[in-house]
Amino acid sequence: MSNIPDDLSYTKEHEWVAGLDDGRTVTVGITAFAAEALGDVVYVQLPEMGATVATGDSIGEVESTKSVSEIYAPVSGEVVEVNQSVVDTPDLVNNDPYGEGWMFRVRLDSDPEDLLSAEEYTALTSGDS
Amino acid sequence: MSRPTPLRDIHQDLGATLTDFAGWLMPLRYGSESAEHNAVRTAAGLFDLSHMGEIFVTGPQAGEALDYALVGHLSALAPGRARYTMIVNERGGVLDDLIVYRLGDEEFMVVANASNYPMVAVELAERAKPYDAVVEDRSEQWALIAVQGPRAQEILATLTDADLEGLKYYAGLPGVVDGREALIARTGYTGEDGFELFVANADATPLWHAITAAGAPYGLLPAGLSSRDTLRLEAGMPLYGNELNAELTPFDAGLGRVVKFDKPGDFVGRAALEPLKDIPPGRRLVGLVARGRRVPRHGYPVTHDGAVVGEVTSGAPSQTLGKPIALAYVDTGVSEDLAVDIRGSHEAVDLVALPFYRRNK
Repeated sequence: MSNIPDDLSYTKEHEWVAGLDDGRTVTVGITAFAAEALGDVVYVQLPEMGATVATGDSIGEVESTKSVSEIYAPVSGEVVEVNQSVVDTPDLVNNDPYGEGWMFRVRLDSDPEDLLSAEEYTALTSGDS
Repeated sequence: MSRPTPLRDIHQDLGATLTDFAGWLMPLRYGSESAEHNAVRTAAGLFDLSHMGEIFVTGPQAGEALDYALVGHLSALAPGRARYTMIVNERGGVLDDLIVYRLGDEEFMVVANASNYPMVAVELAERAKPYDAVVEDRSEQWALIAVQGPRAQEILATLTDADLEGLKYYAGLPGVVDGREALIARTGYTGEDGFELFVANADATPLWHAITAAGAPYGLLPAGLSSRDTLRLEAGMPLYGNELNAELTPFDAGLGRVVKFDKPGDFVGRAALEPLKDIPPGRRLVGLVARGRRVPRHGYPVTHDGAVVGEVTSGAPSQTLGKPIALAYVDTGVSEDLAVDIRGSHEAVDLVALPFYRRNK
């Protein structure tokens, strides 16, 4: 059973979103479930600083030994920070998906829609595994 | 539903990520596939390969039957030795690549790929009809466990009195391992030294436990199909369905050396292959190393000045080189200024001699 922290929000594309409670800038990464399904991550491509993204846009990719997955924007807004560490050391995504493996931060330009609670995401992933 | 191997419970106990491969439920990885890959390069890895097929050809004319059925000269193989060979159709297209072990004067074991062995067994039986030989598919009764890596011999030596030191590469001998009868073969698909142990299904689980225990002090890890694929790719070994298929001849794949025209008699595919032996194919199989970090994968186009000049057949990040590598069919004569179209972006690659990795002997 993958670790699914209660205090985060999630998407069906296996991203997590943190920081919704305290303002307009959120942090985004991929879930432990996704990292385990991918296997060892070898390459991460992130959106550019300053890019404007809309919910559902393909804005990056995560590549592992056996597969490649797109990163979809879970929210709409402007990318205000990207985690260069995860680009330089992709295995952070496997080792610490909710911590040092975070990917980018977005300043929201509208309220997020259709995010899942931890409970809903748990239900989603227990069906897949 | 995928078929389980006799070691399915072990894989589940170890928490393996399981995947369907050629209709079999196989371990993709147990933990980190990179760690498994590195264990095989530096220590040892333990693989369940029970999905492979074992087809026995026996009788006074078993060797002659195989000479006719396959492209190799198997009747010339000494008992106890093994040979890499292929079965082709009348057009010379590769139906499967095989390892044939000569177990005795009148007994051969043909090891075929999981995806192909039912067809290979049928083809062999058909082609052997004119000969005094019996073809029997015993894949259901046999498990196959491989111990691969530079420490493999030391590990196995703790479990058997067989003369491992004297066992040559591409040779096999019957022996007893941990009290169980096994065919011990010095073969593999990783680019390392190592052994493949053919055992009865019922012996697979206790043997796996014995090797795991014996290998622990040497750094042996159970290893899944993901690492097996990156290991064989670094070693430049073809995978049926990727580098080999029925539309390609052994010459197309750069493996014309396995076709033995000088053996006596006809063989299936001779007429089609004979004219090809001195003609360079339009495309040849090459190694590519990416300059960037994105990985060329199966089916991606290879380009030169924006024009498609080939196609990637296998690709993966290489642990050993620290860069993505790929096998690709590329037009003869084109070897510079190459790129791979990775989902719309042309990423520079360099053509290199194969294999990507060769162990120090």
